[in-house]
Amino acid sequence: MHALQVNNISVTYEKQPVLEGVQFNIPEGTLTGIIGPNGAGKSTLIKAILHLIPRLSGEVTVYGKPYKQQRKLIGYVPQRSEVDWDFPTNALDVVLMGRYGHIGMFKRPNKKEVQFAYECLEKVGMKAFANRQISQLSGGQQQRVFLARALAQDAQIYFMDEPFAGVDAATEKAIMKLLQEWKEQGKTVLVVHHDLQTVRDYFDNCLLLNKKPIECGPTEKVFTLNNLEKTYGGAISFLGNSPMLVQKG
Amino acid sequence: MSYDAWILLIGSLVGITCGVTGAILVLRKMAMIADAISHTVLLGIVLAFFVTQSLNGLPMLIGAAIVGVLTAVMVQALDSSGVQSDAAIGVVFTSLFALGVVLISFIGDNVHLDVNHALMGEIAFTPWDTLIINGNSYGPVAVWMLGGVLLFNLTLILLFYKEIKISTFDPAMAISIGVPVMFIHYMLMTMVSFSTVASFDSVGAILVVAMLIVPGATAYLLTDRFGMMLILSGGIGALSAFLGYGMALTFNVSISGSMAVATGLIFTATFMLSPKHGMVAKWLRRKQLQQEQQKVSA
Repeated sequence: MHALQVNNISVTYEKQPVLEGVQFNIPEGTLTGIIGPNGAGKSTLIKAILHLIPRLSGEVTVYGKPYKQQRKLIGYVPQRSEVDWDFPTNALDVVLMGRYGHIGMFKRPNKKEVQFAYECLEKVGMKAFANRQISQLSGGQQQRVFLARALAQDAQIYFMDEPFAGVDAATEKAIMKLLQEWKEQGKTVLVVHHDLQTVRDYFDNCLLLNKKPIECGPTEKVFTLNNLEKTYGGAISFLGNSPMLVQKG
Repeated sequence: MSYDAWILLIGSLVGITCGVTGAILVLRKMAMIADAISHTVLLGIVLAFFVTQSLNGLPMLIGAAIVGVLTAVMVQALDSSGVQSDAAIGVVFTSLFALGVVLISFIGDNVHLDVNHALMGEIAFTPWDTLIINGNSYGPVAVWMLGGVLLFNLTLILLFYKEIKISTFDPAMAISIGVPVMFIHYMLMTMVSFSTVASFDSVGAILVVAMLIVPGATAYLLTDRFGMMLILSGGIGALSAFLGYGMALTFNVSISGSMAVATGLIFTATFMLSPKHGMVAKWLRRKQLQQEQQKVSA
């Protein structure tokens, strides 16, 4: 069963095409790395799928139904830099926002929801920081709070925009542990990812993207030098088993 | 009620209404749009007068709300078609306001609406403009207008509390879970327009900006909770009214001007002395760190 089917998504920004005819399917229960050079449209793709930005064309189906009917199955973790961390709120409150989609209009989170939010914080090792103002957290801790919020969303498909950017090694490990857990529970995760060296270890599925999809499929089949050269325009070589970006010429 | 009591009540209602609503704008980094709307609603008030030939409260509220939302729509439209967002605000706000100023000169001298009044307001006169139904007086019109708008705003904030909060903190996530962020945006713009019109008679277009922005900016320095910030901001608005009236009586100067000055004074004091974000607290913390470091190295 395909958890996600993306059909012919195109996005332009001031007449410049950013994404052209992007089409791929993601099987249920996979961890997919979205890989490509800067400006390849990786974040844009996620935002277009989630209707955060207008798109020229394209259809998204989630478990065989149109996206809008399946909103509750979707969890989104934006780039950390996209929100205002000086906003007057604490870690627990941010995690509770993950429940807003389930609570419904005009209602407030009840005791059960608060309890659940605490459990989510505990799972990412942040329970002690529940009442901490969010600007007083380190980058890694902020990312963990985002992770706890994603947990609180209790979604089936997660979209994560560069969750490893600027976090410490411990947090990176914590994130990967959680992603593995999700995979075991049959959840599907798509991650915008930069570090080519960890792709093989982290993801069982890959989407290579450079404005158009270059290749999408199981990592061992798709993550090859040939495909990476196509994606990065040749500026790539393998050092042992892991690919390295090299200067061209 | 005595004259002083009415002034204090009206001033506090301005402070609370603008303070609570303005605090949300401060968090959304939309202080400039509040400035714009507070001016362009003049056009709405003048247009409402042309249609109804009276300075009646309800048509004025509707006219102002329409022009206020129109301001927000036009700014958004210019912004998304490539004009710098601060320039977009500048263009829209000055042209609509200027149109209001031009149209106001068509209104005869017998009507109590002129540019000076629109800009500065005059809270000193408001207690005498009473609501009269069937010959019975029900207190100043300003109290009813401000009270009604405050109730309206508070109801919307309570109903859409979650939605306002998440669309302010993380708009992308808000959209992804189906929060109607555009609706929330224009709802807030309507609330700002209403607050401005209701406060117009008392403090005018320029000083209402002080009431919208400064209490929110002050409350931001005092608390780390969203709900608390709204409450504090309203409280600081009311406090400014009391402090301002006291200053006006003492020095025999403009009441609305003093109230706006009071917001500035409270902000300055908070900026220096706030226990968490104040200059003094920051300086003390730095001193303490330095001393600790010296001890370690000694």
